[in-house]
Amino acid sequence: MQHYTLSCCGGVKASLPPPLSFRWSKIKREGGRRLPRCARIAAQLELKPPPYSLSSLEPHMSRETLEYHWGRHHRAHVASLNNLIAGTDLDGMGLDEIVVVSYNKGNPLPPFVHAAQVWNHDFFWQSIKPGGGGRPSGRLMELIEKDFGSFDRMLEEFKRAALTQFGSGWAWLVYKANRLDVGNAVNPRPSEKDNKLVMLKSPNAVNPIVWDYSPLLAIDVWEHAYYLDYENRRADYVSIFLEKLVSWEVVSDRLDVAIERAAERAREAETRKQEDDTAVTHSEAVEMYLDSDTDDSEAE
Amino acid sequence: MALRALFTKGAPTLAFGLGPFASAGGSGTRWQGLCHARGLKVAALPDLEYDYGALEPAISGEIMRLHHQKHHKAYVSNYNDALEKLDAAMAKGDVPAVVRLQSAIKFNGGGHINHTIFWKNLKPVNEGGGEPPHATLGWAIDTDFGSLEALVQKMNAEGAALQGSGWVWLALDKERKKLLVETTANQDPLVTKGARLVPLLGIGVWEHAYYLQYKNVKPDYLKNIWNVMNWKYASEVYDSEIA
Repeated sequence: MQHYTLSCCGGVKASLPPPLSFRWSKIKREGGRRLPRCARIAAQLELKPPPYSLSSLEPHMSRETLEYHWGRHHRAHVASLNNLIAGTDLDGMGLDEIVVVSYNKGNPLPPFVHAAQVWNHDFFWQSIKPGGGGRPSGRLMELIEKDFGSFDRMLEEFKRAALTQFGSGWAWLVYKANRLDVGNAVNPRPSEKDNKLVMLKSPNAVNPIVWDYSPLLAIDVWEHAYYLDYENRRADYVSIFLEKLVSWEVVSDRLDVAIERAAERAREAETRKQEDDTAVTHSEAVEMYLDSDTDDSEAE
Repeated sequence: MALRALFTKGAPTLAFGLGPFASAGGSGTRWQGLCHARGLKVAALPDLEYDYGALEPAISGEIMRLHHQKHHKAYVSNYNDALEKLDAAMAKGDVPAVVRLQSAIKFNGGGHINHTIFWKNLKPVNEGGGEPPHATLGWAIDTDFGSLEALVQKMNAEGAALQGSGWVWLALDKERKKLLVETTANQDPLVTKGARLVPLLGIGVWEHAYYLQYKNVKPDYLKNIWNVMNWKYASEVYDSEIA
């Protein structure tokens, strides 16, 4: 199974002024929604705590790691994001929307790295739990077997993605609709079987929602995620993550949501197609009417 | 030194470069014959010129040991591995395999290049580490950046702002004879930013370079590393390129 690598301009710098930041400032001013100081709505995003105590993942992920990873790295991204979006068009948007808008189709704006890392880390903490591991069941297991051959082969793919993400980044199990990311791409014979699970890896802060995929599981392979507990041994970290930490229940719930979302999209697309067909029929009738009008005038 | 002997023991396999093929002698397959004829030169992990603990308190001995023995060594092994596979693929004319191997070669080869320079960029304080540059390089820094402090500030700012993993470099554009500060992502060597660029100093800002000691406070690492900077090495490279 091929890996898909999401590439973005690796190493986006936040502090130097490339042309992008100039455009970013312009958006801030032209947005027209910069409120006067006294009336500014500070829609502050919050640092969400993991759904377990910081020491409950020991010995697989130490309390010290959680204290730094969640308490410093994740917290700093929340603070930076709030700072950057305050008083701009992004202020007040949901986090998903901020991520997609600031990704700017591959030319990320300064808030992107922070927005995406906040999103990624929220997603990561929810993907694991004390006493995790084991095997999935039900629809998730069926899809895994269909798209990877077997559970063990899926695990191998996941490990390979995590270990071959050179540098900082993430590895993802993702549910995607089998369509191109262009406006007029039409699947002539759509079926639910087109949707499938794939393995992805992404650099730095990039995540699959910018490609309109539905992430199901993520592992952070930035060194800060594992260095205190595993030093350079990323392979050990990934194995323990899969054997002892991953919450297949959460992954399964996410799959259900993703399947429902894909089904709704398919229904919307079908409705839109029917509306387009109807519109074409109406305009043909109008044209015929105009033509006969012209004929009459010529006859006279 | 005991630690260095460890590397010398491991080195012969790498130095002869044939790994599992080394024992082939004359009764080899055509592929092994080709390997001999081509004289495939592989990478070897260089020794450090100082003890692991000698750069303290700027960089801890624990970090130096892991950085050299684990990270750099892995780049060397993986590069050699990829190189052997590349040789085999080229001999067979297996174009897809040749293309597929490029990223592993770039990443691990780059890692080997960058870290080899890095170890030479550092020096214990009692051997001259941290002593500012004089003469030609010193004047060039003043000309191109205003002062040494300004250069240090600029490199630290770029290093701090670098998202993810990478390097910040003091580079010499050998054609224009100008100094500049440049960054590269992941293990990309400086030449990927321009064939005219020669690395004088590089600071690794991968988290493995500082995390055990500085945790997420990258700016402190960047501040302290200048105390063990080997400006003498940078000057030598500069003088030899300018001449």
